[in-house]
Amino acid sequence: MGRYLLTRLAFALALVFIVSSAALLLTRIAPGDFASSQGVDLTIQERERLRDTLGLNQSFTAQYLSWLGGAVHFDFGRSLLYSRPVSSLVSERALNTAVLAISALLIATLIGIPLGIYSGTTTGAGRSIVRAVSTLGISVPPLIGSLALVFLAARTGWLPVGGMTSSAGADLTWLQWFGDLAQHLPLPAIALAIPMAATLERLQSEAIAAASHERFVAASQARGVDRTRAILHHAWPVSLRPVLGLYGVMIGTLFSGSFVVEVVTSWPGLGRLMFDALKARDLFLVAGCAATGALFLAAGTLITDLLLAYTDPRVGSGERH
Amino acid sequence: MIRRAGLFLIALTALALVAPVLAPYEAGQAFHEFLHAPPMRPHFDGLTPVVHPIVLADRLEQRFEPDLSRTVKLPWIEQDHNAPVFLLGADDFGRDVLSRLLYGARTSIGLSLFATLGAVLIGALAGAWAGYRGGWVDEAIMRLADFVLVLPVIYVVLVLRAVLPLVLPASTVFLLVSGIFVLVGWPFVAKGVRAIVAAERHREYVQAARSLGAGPLRILTRHLIPACGGHLLVQATLLLPAFILAEATLSFIGLGFPDPVASWGTMLAGAGNYNAVARFPWTLAPAAAIFLVVLSTNLLGTASSPEKVDRPADTPENAANPVVQGLH
Repeated sequence: MGRYLLTRLAFALALVFIVSSAALLLTRIAPGDFASSQGVDLTIQERERLRDTLGLNQSFTAQYLSWLGGAVHFDFGRSLLYSRPVSSLVSERALNTAVLAISALLIATLIGIPLGIYSGTTTGAGRSIVRAVSTLGISVPPLIGSLALVFLAARTGWLPVGGMTSSAGADLTWLQWFGDLAQHLPLPAIALAIPMAATLERLQSEAIAAASHERFVAASQARGVDRTRAILHHAWPVSLRPVLGLYGVMIGTLFSGSFVVEVVTSWPGLGRLMFDALKARDLFLVAGCAATGALFLAAGTLITDLLLAYTDPRVGSGERH
Repeated sequence: MIRRAGLFLIALTALALVAPVLAPYEAGQAFHEFLHAPPMRPHFDGLTPVVHPIVLADRLEQRFEPDLSRTVKLPWIEQDHNAPVFLLGADDFGRDVLSRLLYGARTSIGLSLFATLGAVLIGALAGAWAGYRGGWVDEAIMRLADFVLVLPVIYVVLVLRAVLPLVLPASTVFLLVSGIFVLVGWPFVAKGVRAIVAAERHREYVQAARSLGAGPLRILTRHLIPACGGHLLVQATLLLPAFILAEATLSFIGLGFPDPVASWGTMLAGAGNYNAVARFPWTLAPAAAIFLVVLSTNLLGTASSPEKVDRPADTPENAANPVVQGLH
C-alpha cells in the first residue's frame, strides 16, 4: 500500500511539473508576447522598454530556470496583466472554481446515486422515467445547459444571472455576502451538475442491477433481511467500484465543464483567469494556472485511486484484474 | 427511437450538404432593417404557404409587429428582398437564423466529421501498433495516451489554440482546429483498439494468416483493425458530438471561426449575452441543434455498444462518454 501511494504521488508531481512547464513553453513560443498584446498606442521604442523592464527579452532558458527556482520556494512570479503575485491571484480564483466544482459534484452525487440505486433495482414506470430523464440529461453539456439556464433565469427573474456576487458585494457584511453567493451559485452549479448526475445515475443503475443479482444478496434475503436493506447493505457497496472509478474520470469533466460555465455565467474562476492570461500572453500567470489545474487534477485522481484501493483491496496490492 | 436517432443524424448531414440549395438566404446576407427580427409563423393562403411581413414598431427596443394586411410567399417560392422571411428569426446583424443554422451545420458537422475520421484513423493505427508489437512500443504509446486522457481536454484545446495566431482565415482555422481535435481525440480510440488487438493477435485466424506468409502490415490492416470495427464505430459516435461541442465552445469564446463564417459556435457567440438571450431566444437555435445531435448520438451509442452486453458497467472507461468526460 505504501509503495502504491508513493508511485501515485510521484505521478501527481510529474503531472504538475510537466503541465506547467509545457504551458510556459507553449506560451513562450507562441507568436506575440505581453508587450505586443498591450496598448495599441505604444511606439516600438516604448514596447522595447516595456520588454526590458519586464524581463521579456531574456532567453527562454533563463526565464524558465528563474521561474523554476522561484517555484521551489512557492514563488510563482508576478502576473504582468494584473501586476500582482501569481500565487495570491491564482489561489483566490482557484477557490472560486473549487466552490463551483464541489457544489456541482455534491448536487450530482446527491441526485445521481439515489436515482441510480432506485432505477437499477425497480421495474416499471419509475425506472423508465428515470432512464428517459437521464438520457436527456447526459445530452445537456454544460455549454448548452448554462445557456438554457441563463435564458430561463433572465426570463423569469428567479435567480440573478452572471458573476459570483452582486456588484454591491464589496460593502456587504459577511452573512449578506454568503446569502448573495448562495443566490448566484445554483445556476452555474446546476448547469455543471446535470450531465454528471445523469452519468452517475446510469452507471450506478447498471452496477447495482448487476450486483443485486449476486447470490449473497439472495442469500441475505433468504435469511429474512428485507429487500431494501439487502440492497443498501450488501449490493450497493459491491457496486461502488465502477462508480468510484467514474469519479476519477469526472475530475477532468469538472474542469472542462467549469471553464465553459465560468465563461457563460461570468463566474470569476480559474478558467476565465487562464483564458485572459493566455490572450495577454502573461507567461507566469498561464504557468501558474496550469500548475494549479494540474494540482487539482492530480489530487482528484489521487483521492479516487485511494478510495478505489480502499473499496477494492486488489488495487493497492498491484494485482492485475 | 434508436432508428429515429440514426435517421435524424443522416438527415442532418444531408441537410448540411445541400445547405446552399436549401438555405433561403446567403449565410452572410444581413438585412440591416431587421436586427433581431422575431420568427414568423407560416400559414396557408389557399395552397401557398405565406407569412405576414413584419414592420419595425420601435427601433430602439428592436420591437417588430406583423403587418396583418399583407402576406409574403415563403422564400423558396418567391424572394422579395424588401420583405425577407425569417422562419427562425434574425440575429444581431439581421441575418436569417435558419439559413445560418443550415450553413453552420456544414461548418460544424464538416469539421467534426473530419476530426473524427482523423482521430479514429490515428487512434486505430497507434492502438493496433501498440497491441501488435507489445514491449516498449506498447508501453510508450499507452503511457502517452493515458497522459493525454488525464488532462482536461478543453484546456489542452484552449492552450493549443490560444498560442497560435488568433486571427486566421477560415480554411486555416478548419485545419488547425481539426488537427488539435485529432491530437486530443486519438487516445480514446487507441486504448480500446490496443486491448482488442492484443487479445486477437493470438487467435487462430491471425496465426493462419502469418503462416501463409502475411507480413505485419497486412495482418494489421486486413485482419486486426477490421476486428475492431464495432469499437471504432462506437468511438466515432462518441467523438462526433464531443467535437461539435468543442468547436462550439472554441467559437463561443472567440478562438474558433471568425464571425462572418456561420458555425453553430459563432452563432452562439452572438447570442451569449444575458439581455439578448432573454429577449431574443431564437438566437439560441444552434444550442437546440447541438442538444439534438448529442442526444441522437447518445441513443445510437447506447444501442451499438457491444461492451455493455457481456461486461455490465465493470469498467468505467466503457461507461465514460467523452462528451461527459470533458471533451466539450
